[in-house]
Amino acid sequence: MIETEYKNDVLTVYLNGELDHNRSAEIRTAVDGRINSLRPKRLELDFSKVSFMDSSGIGLIMGRYRAVGLVGGQLKIKNIPEDISRIIELSGVTTLGVL
Amino acid sequence: MNILNEMRLSFPAKSVNEGFARSAVSAFVMELDPTISELADIKTAVSEAVTNCIVHGYRRESGTVYIDAKITEDMNVIIKIRDKGIGIPDVKQAMKPLFTTAENEERAGLGFAVMQSFMDSVRVRSAPDKGTTVTLSKRIIKIK
Repeated sequence: MIETEYKNDVLTVYLNGELDHNRSAEIRTAVDGRINSLRPKRLELDFSKVSFMDSSGIGLIMGRYRAVGLVGGQLKIKNIPEDISRIIELSGVTTLGVL
Repeated sequence: MNILNEMRLSFPAKSVNEGFARSAVSAFVMELDPTISELADIKTAVSEAVTNCIVHGYRRESGTVYIDAKITEDMNVIIKIRDKGIGIPDVKQAMKPLFTTAENEERAGLGFAVMQSFMDSVRVRSAPDKGTTVTLSKRIIKIK
C-alpha cells in the first residue's frame, strides 16, 4: 500500500519500506493509475519512509519521469534518506532536474 | 586465506525472496560489526545480483538461486551468487552502465554499476545455458 495526496495540481506519493524489484510493479501500477486519471502538473515522490532501495527504484523514478511527462507534468523527488542518496547520485537521475 | 565463517543458502528464484536474500547476508555479516553504510552497500549489491538471477538468469521461470558467503581472517566478506539459468553471452556488454535486455520492465541497466561501486570487487563468470556466478567482495574496516 502506498499513500498518495492530490492538491493544487500536485500529486504526492509517499513511498515506503523497501523499494526493490519485488515491490516495483505494484507501485508502478498504483502511481501510473493516479497519473493517468489526475493528469497532475507535478508528481512528487517522497522517499522519507523508504528504508532500502536498489536500482529497481531508479527504474521506477525514470519510468515515472516519462509517465508524468506524457501528461505534460514534471517529476520531483524529495526527502531522500542518506543511505539512498548514493544510488540516486550514481544513477545520474539528478541530471534530469528532478531534485 | 583463513576462513572464519561461512554459510550457504538456496531458494526459489521468486522476487519475494530478494528481501530475504539481502537480509540473510546482512545478518551473516553482522559479526564483523560493519557500519550502517557498509551494511547498506552489501545489501544493495546482493539485491542487484539476486534480482539479476531472477529477471535475467531464469527469465522469471522457475529455478534456484544459490548464495555462498564467507568471512575471511582479514575481515573480507566474499559472496558468491549463482544461477543455473540462460547465462550472459557477452559479459563485457552486460556490465556497461545502462545496458539492459529488459527495457519494457523498467530495468535501469545499473545493476552491475551499482555492484561495482558499492563493493571492492565484482567478478562475473557466465556461460550460455549453464548459468552465471557473480562474486562480490568487500573488506569491512575495523573501527578502533
